[in-house]
Amino acid sequence: MNLTTFRIGFVPLLDMAPIAIAHEMGFAAAEGLALELHRAPSWSSLRDMLLWGQVDAAQMLAPVPVAMALGLGGAVARLDILQVMSINGDVIGVAQILADKLRVHGHDFAFTDARGAADALAKAVDGPLRIGVPFPFSTHVELVTYWLRDTGLTFELCTIPPPRMADALAAGEIDAFCVGEPWGSVAVELGAGTLLLPSRAIWAVAPEKVLAARHDWVRDNSALTGQIMRAIWRAAKWLSVPGNRLIASEILARAEYVNASVEVLDRALRGEMIISPQGEIRQVPDMIRFYDGAATFPWRSQAAWFATQMAARHGLDPDTSLRAAKEICRTDLYRQNLRMAGADLPGASEKLEGSLHHPTAVASERGQMILAPDAFFDGQVFDASGKSC
Amino acid sequence: MKLHIVIVEPDVTRARLVIDSLQPLGHQVTVISEASGLARRVCDIAPDIVLIDMSNPSRDILEEMALASGPMERPVAFFVDRTDRDLTLQAIEAGVSAYVVDGLQPERVATVMDAAIARFQMFRRMRTELETTRRALEERKLIDRAKGILMKARGLNEEEAYALLRKAAMDQGRKVAEVASALVTAAGLLS
Repeated sequence: MNLTTFRIGFVPLLDMAPIAIAHEMGFAAAEGLALELHRAPSWSSLRDMLLWGQVDAAQMLAPVPVAMALGLGGAVARLDILQVMSINGDVIGVAQILADKLRVHGHDFAFTDARGAADALAKAVDGPLRIGVPFPFSTHVELVTYWLRDTGLTFELCTIPPPRMADALAAGEIDAFCVGEPWGSVAVELGAGTLLLPSRAIWAVAPEKVLAARHDWVRDNSALTGQIMRAIWRAAKWLSVPGNRLIASEILARAEYVNASVEVLDRALRGEMIISPQGEIRQVPDMIRFYDGAATFPWRSQAAWFATQMAARHGLDPDTSLRAAKEICRTDLYRQNLRMAGADLPGASEKLEGSLHHPTAVASERGQMILAPDAFFDGQVFDASGKSC
Repeated sequence: MKLHIVIVEPDVTRARLVIDSLQPLGHQVTVISEASGLARRVCDIAPDIVLIDMSNPSRDILEEMALASGPMERPVAFFVDRTDRDLTLQAIEAGVSAYVVDGLQPERVATVMDAAIARFQMFRRMRTELETTRRALEERKLIDRAKGILMKARGLNEEEAYALLRKAAMDQGRKVAEVASALVTAAGLLS
């Protein structure tokens, strides 16, 4: 069979796994695609590669297409969100000196209680806290801002490339960070910091990376769009099988993918996190999720949540922002392209974000869809129709 | 008007090349070679334009600086000048991105970019050539070692050993260097 070359971009992080697996385990080839993988050194260069046609599709920080739809950041094209590629997977860590202070104040590093951790930080820190994040438009920024907004803590977000995060923490450039694995664990391995929270403690179902492509490209390449969506979706399904995790870690560890140690990648995939240089272990169910609980569905309400946060910060009209964000979530293509691959499809394309505290069965085409808990740490519920409740 | 241009470039040779093409145009050029504290240093210098290699992960730091100066008000400091598609494409292919720190007229950016692009391309050619030479050298060393192993093990002279390697490569449809590499690895395991 003749394979069509398909150029896809990624940044070296654990959550690029579906792309590597689609390539290595033959899911792309089964769809007639020969993936040409482009490893981007930064999110801005990956976004530009996508905008100017150096790649056909890319792994992208979920808030980037949303920010572009809102006209933020100077980039002028429309990107579509085809599907979600990963849920959760970030960690918040603090410098060793700050970790010691937190312990003195009695914080137990339970790794589950976001409110407790925020209160402890507010007590332990006097001046403004410098927090490293990978990009100005990222799930990291949205989660950290949301998490700390009612604490009275002053903080400053600084962009640091993920592979440099541990060094920046060790050098005292930043006091804390929020970064995708394995780079948080790398900071622990180096003895530079202690992990305070997994991102899921703030929002249990924060979409982290999405599969994005240019809107006009999607319009002109409907067959290719379907092929890449199915290949990535099948790879995500494969990744959800516990027995496949070690193989996945072995593949991802290679220099051409994440270039990190197999052990650290495997720990994050299993949700068994070593949080401090002393070797304390915390179990984190759903540390990172690729497939289960309708993880891949591009919920409009999730994009709308990001849009609402950004609109508030940048002084944009909330309703216009909400609509713009929903429009780029291609739930139509998801239904059309993944139905035949066997994906179960939810009855609605929006949900009340933050309302589920347990795995919950919902109406779907095949009648067997179970949504994962999606609670916010403060118990708020977000209604994407524009009303807060 | 003389511009103050900052080049973010850890590679001295490459920085030198870009400086050499920009100084004759009458601009002042400063090189920042370290990623730590990049935002602060760029802020202190307050250049008119920052040139950075697209393959530099610290590019995202400049992106943040650009946004900090008001994402909605004016198109400061973003990827080249998005109104000029050709220039942007050329810049991407050459591997250079630019961040205009103050509002600067597009024509002025274009001259600087043209010079920088030419130099980035020249450097890339140099690097490719260097890489090719280095690889050729390594392959020759590998083949020499494989020949040595064959000469010792099979009592061949140098010419015969090479002929044997070449034949094996042809039979297997592989490169001589690949066969040599496999032989050296295997010999390493056996000894």
